[in-house]
Amino acid sequence: MRLGLVIDLDTCVGCHACAISCKEWNTSGTTGSLSDQNPYEKDPTGVFFNRVRSYEIGDYPHNKTVNFPMSCMQCEDAACVTVCPTGASYKRKSDGIVLIDQDKCMGCNLCAWACPYGSRELDRESGTMKKCTLCVDRIYDESLPEIDRQPSCVMTCPSSARHFGDFDDPNSNVSKLTRERNGDGLMNELGYNPTNQYLPPRLANNITIEKKKKNIVGQVKDWANELISR
Amino acid sequence: MTTTCPQNIELEDPLPLFEDKSNQEVKTTTCYMCACRCGIKVTLEGKKVRYIQGNRNHPVNKGVLCAKGNAGIMKHESMAKLRSPLRRKAGTERGAGEFEVISWDEALDELTTRLEKIRATDPKKLAFFSGRDQMQALTGLWAQQFGTVNWSAHGGFCSVNMAAAGLYTLGQSFWEFGDPDWDNTKYFMLWGVAEDHSSNPMKIGLSKLKKNGAKFATVNPVCTGYQAIADEWISIRPGTDGLFAIAMSRVLLESDQFDKEFLIRYTNAPHLVIQNPGQSNDGLMWRNEQGKPQAWELESETFVDASLAGIKPALFGEWQTSEGFSVKTSFTLLTEGYLSDEYNLDKVSKETGIAAEDIERHALEMAHVAFQESIEIETEWTDWTGKKHDKFIGRPVSMHAMRGIAAHSNGFQTCRAIHILQILLGAIDCPGAHLAKPPFPRMIPPPIKPAKEMAPNTPLKTPPLGFPTSPEDLCIDKDGKPLRIDKAYSWEAPIANHGLMHMVINNAVKGDPYTIDTLIFFMANMAWNSSMNPGNTQNLLREKDENGEYKIPYLVVVDAFHSETVNFGDLILPDTTYLERFDTISILDRPISEPHVIADAIRHPIVDLDRDVRPWQEVMVDLATRLKFPAFTNDDGTAKYSGYKEFITNWEKHPGIGFLAGWRGKNGEKSIVGEPNPDQWEKYIENESFFKQNIPDSQKYYRFANKEYLEFAADTHLNFNDKPIVMELYSETLQKFRLAGQGLYDGPCPSDEEDKARLKKYFTPCPSYYKPIEVALTDENEYPFSTTTQRPMFMYHSWDSQNAWLRQIMAQNKLYMNRAKAESMAIAEGDWVWVESRTGAIKAQVKLMEGCEANTVWTWNAIGKQSGAWGLKKGANESEKGFLLNHLISELLPASSTSQREMTNSDPITGQAAWYDARVKVYRADDQTPISFPQFNTIKPIPEAPDQPSILTYKTHEPVNIVRSTRDVLTRGKKPR
Repeated sequence: MRLGLVIDLDTCVGCHACAISCKEWNTSGTTGSLSDQNPYEKDPTGVFFNRVRSYEIGDYPHNKTVNFPMSCMQCEDAACVTVCPTGASYKRKSDGIVLIDQDKCMGCNLCAWACPYGSRELDRESGTMKKCTLCVDRIYDESLPEIDRQPSCVMTCPSSARHFGDFDDPNSNVSKLTRERNGDGLMNELGYNPTNQYLPPRLANNITIEKKKKNIVGQVKDWANELISR
Repeated sequence: MTTTCPQNIELEDPLPLFEDKSNQEVKTTTCYMCACRCGIKVTLEGKKVRYIQGNRNHPVNKGVLCAKGNAGIMKHESMAKLRSPLRRKAGTERGAGEFEVISWDEALDELTTRLEKIRATDPKKLAFFSGRDQMQALTGLWAQQFGTVNWSAHGGFCSVNMAAAGLYTLGQSFWEFGDPDWDNTKYFMLWGVAEDHSSNPMKIGLSKLKKNGAKFATVNPVCTGYQAIADEWISIRPGTDGLFAIAMSRVLLESDQFDKEFLIRYTNAPHLVIQNPGQSNDGLMWRNEQGKPQAWELESETFVDASLAGIKPALFGEWQTSEGFSVKTSFTLLTEGYLSDEYNLDKVSKETGIAAEDIERHALEMAHVAFQESIEIETEWTDWTGKKHDKFIGRPVSMHAMRGIAAHSNGFQTCRAIHILQILLGAIDCPGAHLAKPPFPRMIPPPIKPAKEMAPNTPLKTPPLGFPTSPEDLCIDKDGKPLRIDKAYSWEAPIANHGLMHMVINNAVKGDPYTIDTLIFFMANMAWNSSMNPGNTQNLLREKDENGEYKIPYLVVVDAFHSETVNFGDLILPDTTYLERFDTISILDRPISEPHVIADAIRHPIVDLDRDVRPWQEVMVDLATRLKFPAFTNDDGTAKYSGYKEFITNWEKHPGIGFLAGWRGKNGEKSIVGEPNPDQWEKYIENESFFKQNIPDSQKYYRFANKEYLEFAADTHLNFNDKPIVMELYSETLQKFRLAGQGLYDGPCPSDEEDKARLKKYFTPCPSYYKPIEVALTDENEYPFSTTTQRPMFMYHSWDSQNAWLRQIMAQNKLYMNRAKAESMAIAEGDWVWVESRTGAIKAQVKLMEGCEANTVWTWNAIGKQSGAWGLKKGANESEKGFLLNHLISELLPASSTSQREMTNSDPITGQAAWYDARVKVYRADDQTPISFPQFNTIKPIPEAPDQPSILTYKTHEPVNIVRSTRDVLTRGKKPR
C-alpha cells in the first residue's frame, strides 16, 4: 500500500478547517500533545502538521488566488528518513506512512532541514520532531465506523478538497482522481517522489451568448405583448 | 518471522491501542462557533473534550466542519470565560474595569427591582438589544411581554438590507431564507460575499457546482476566500453593485431574453399603476372595488382583476381610464427606468469599473444558461389555480449575496435589483435556481406590524419588530417623533425590520428621542467592533449629566466572555459556552431548514459547568417569572415553568405550535403541529439533536404558487395563509412612503425637509441606483479610496482571538492595498501608513496584493482588540499591531447642503448600518514605529480570571507512541525500496 492524500486546488477555499481539525485530533493523538507557545500573548506559535498558504498568480486584474494546504507528502524517497541519525524517522513498509518514533527522536532538526516541504515541526515542549501521521491512529482503528477511518483533515474538509487512499491501487479514488484530473506531486523535480498529489484548478466552461438586440430600445410602448395565460 | 516474508506488514509490529474508548463518550449537539448551526459529534474523555467533528446525518453540514467548529475545544478552554456575576465596584468609574463578584441572587434581585419599577412606570425606559444570538424568538417574546418596543437583535448592523429586500420582493431571501440549488445550478453568481455567510453550506455547495462543471462568477472588490476558486472574478468598485445588476437586467430586456411567462404568472409585472402626478394616488396600484389590483386583458381588451387565473394580461402598455388618469403596467415602469440613459452601459462601466462588453457578456451568459440550458424535473404538481403540471421547469442560474451588498446605504435597492435580475431570468424557486428554505417563502411582506403602543405592566399587542407597508405603520408619535430609542420605523428608517442597534448608545446618551434607564446588551460588543467609532462610543458610555449621573444610568452586559463591552457594564451576567446549555434553534426563528428539508435543532449540556454562570435563556425565564410576565406566570403569580427547558416544552405560540417542531403530540407522534410532548427534549437528544421533515417531490419547487405546498405551509403556520405569493417588482409600499415625502400621501407625512427629500429620492418603487449617501457627501478627490472589511473564514461570527488555535492563523490584521496602486504612491510591503477618513485616523501596517480593486483598501474585521480584553495579555498582536477600521467610520452622516440634522449613517430605507461607505486617504507614516493607532488603555483582568499559561499542551490522555522496533531499524538501514 502507498497511502496518501489528494488535494484539489480547484475547490480549496483556504478555510483552514483541515489545519485546525488536524490540530484537534492530533493534540490528543499518538504524538500529542502539540504544544502552543504564547497562546494568549504576543506572537502565538505552535505545532501544526498541516498549514494552508495562499498565493497570488498574475497581476491585477488578471490575477488568481490559489490556496495551498501542505502537510507531509509521505515521500517515496524521504530524505528526512535518510538523514535521521537515531532511526526515529522511518517509512512504514506496509503503507508508506512516514512516522517518527518519539522515544528515539532527540530533536536534532536534521530531518526538518532535509524536508523540502517544511512539513516537520519541532515541538519545543517535548523536544521532539512531529509530523503528519496520516492519522494512523484513526485509519486502522477498527472500533471506529469504517467511514470514520480516514484522516481528520479529509473528513472535515467542507469543500471536499481532500481525499485519502491507496495510490498503489489503480482503482482507488485517489488514483482515479490523479489520473482523471492530471494530478501532480509538488516539486517533483527535486526527486523525493512525493506520494501526495495536487489536482490543478479546472478550466472554466465557455458559455455561448446570443446577442439579439432589439431596435426599439427605449420605446417600451412599442413592445409587443404576447398572449400568455396566467 | 523472517525477512523473506512476502507480507511487508508482518515486518512491522502491530499498532498499539491508542485510546481507551471505554473512557470516552460521543454526544451530538449543535455548533455555535458561528451562525451556521452545524450538527456536531463531541467525543468526551472524562470531563474533557477529546474531539469535535461534523455530524454526517445533519442537514446543514452533512459531516463536514469548518476551522471554527474544529476549534471548539479552545473556545471552551478560553481564558476569557466569565466566571461569576459581577458588579461595578461602588465609587469606581464605568469602564475602569473594577468589579466585585456577587451572587446570582444578588444580581437578579438588583436587576428585578430596577426592571419592576421601569415596567410599572414607563416600559420604554428599558432597552434590550442582543447581538449574534440565535434566539430572537425568545428575546423578542421577552421584550414583548415586558412591554418595551426597544428591542432588536443585531440585524440592523449586519444584513437587514438583504432580509428586507427579499421579504418585500420575493417573500424569501438569501442564507437563512434561501439557498442556491447547489445540485442542479449551472451558473452561480456570488455578490459581495467574502469568506462568510454562510460557512459550511456554502463550501459544500461550491464544491458541488465545481464538480458539476457549473460556472462560478464572483462580484467583489477583493479576491480572497471563495473568490479564489471562481471561474471569473469581477472586480467591482464598492457600492456600485446596484448599477451592475440593473445594467445586466437592461441587457436582458434589450435582447428580449427574459422570462415573460414567469413575470405574468408569478409577479406583479402586469399590475396596473396609476399615473397621476401630483395626486395622492399617483404610483399606487389601480384597484377595483374589492381592492384587487387590475390588469389589461389582451383577449377581451378589458380591465380585469389581475389575480384571476386564466387571464392573458398585458406585460407592457399604457391605458386611459374613465377616472381621468392613465395607468401603466408595473413592468412598463420598471423597463422605462432600466432603459433610461442613467443605466447605459458606458456610464455603468465608468462607475463600476466593469467593462461594458463584460457587463453584456455576463448577462447574456446567464440568459443562455437560463433559457437554452433549462432543466426539467418530471414530477406531477398542481399550481395555485388547481392546474396540474407534469414537470418542473428549471432556470439553472443561482445567486447569493450578502454583506458587500448589505453594508452600503444603497443596499436595500441594490438587493432588490439583484432579485429583479433573478426574476427576469425566472430563476426563483425552480430547479437549478435560488430556492427558499422553510418557513419561507412567506407573504410579501409578512403581516406583522411593529408594536408602538406601550402601557405600564402590559405586554405589547404585537412583537416590537414587524413589516410596515405604509406610513401608518411607523413607530412615531402624532408629531412624527420616533417612539423607539433607535428611531427604527421613523421617517429616518421606515422599514427598519431589524432595528438600528448601532444607534442606541448615541441616541440614548443624547436623549434623542428620549433618555432611558436601563440598557441590556446580550452577546453584542457595542463598545468595540460592533459600533462605528468605538472610541467615541466608549466616551458616550462614560458620559454623565449635570448631576454626575451616567446618561445611560444602568448598563447590563450579558456575555460568556470578557469582551470590551463587558468592561463597561454596571452589572455583568455571565453566560455559558455552547457546550454547557439547553438551547433551541427554533422553527419560530430562522431555523436550520434546507430548501427541501424542514428542520430545527437543539443544544443540550455536553460538559458539566465548572463556574458560577447561567445560560441567558434560563435567566430570561427566571426574570420573566420574577417580573410576572403573563406568558410566564399563572393568575396567582406563581411560575408557569420551572425553567427554560419546561418553557420550551410547554409554551405554545398558537395551539399546537411551539419553539420545537419535532416530536410534538403527547407521545411524540406529530410533527410541526401538535400538543406539547413532555419528552420532547429527550427525543431530540435521542435523534442527534435535530428534527427534519423532507418536503415531498411535488412540493419542492414553485412553492410561491404550488397549491399543495401553500396549503401545507398555511396548515402548519409556516406561512400566514394559503394564497399564492405574488412577487413585487413594483413596490407599492415604497411608493406610499415616496408619496409621503412628496406631501401627497393620504395619511401621515413628514414635516422635516430632510425626511421629505430622502423619501422622494430613495423610495423608488422600482429598484434604482444612487451613490451611497456618505460617498455622495464626501470629496472623492480628497478621500480617493473606498473601504471594506471582511471576516476571515476561521473567525467569522466567532470573534475568536480568544481561541489559542485560531489566533495562530491570524493575530494581526493588515491594511490590504492593490500593489500597483500602492507602489505608485511609494508605499511598500510592510510599511506603516496613516489612513484618514472625514472623522478619524488610524495607523496600520500595509500588505500589498493583486486581488484588490485599485481604489479600495480593506482589512479583516474584528481581529484588532483592546489590550487586555478577550483573555489576551498586554502586548498581544491583536491590540499592539492590529486595528479596527471602525475608528474611521461614524454612525452619523456629515451635514448635507440642506440640513444640519444629525442623520444615522445607514440605509435610508431599512436603517442598515452603512459600514462600507467610508472613504479614506492613505499615506506613508513618517514614524514607522510598528504600533497601530489608536491605542487604548489595557483592560484590567476580571476577578477570578486565570493567569494565562505561556505554554499550552492540551490533551485528553497520555499519548501512545508507535515504537519502531530495533529490528526494523537494523534491517532497514537505508531508504526503503
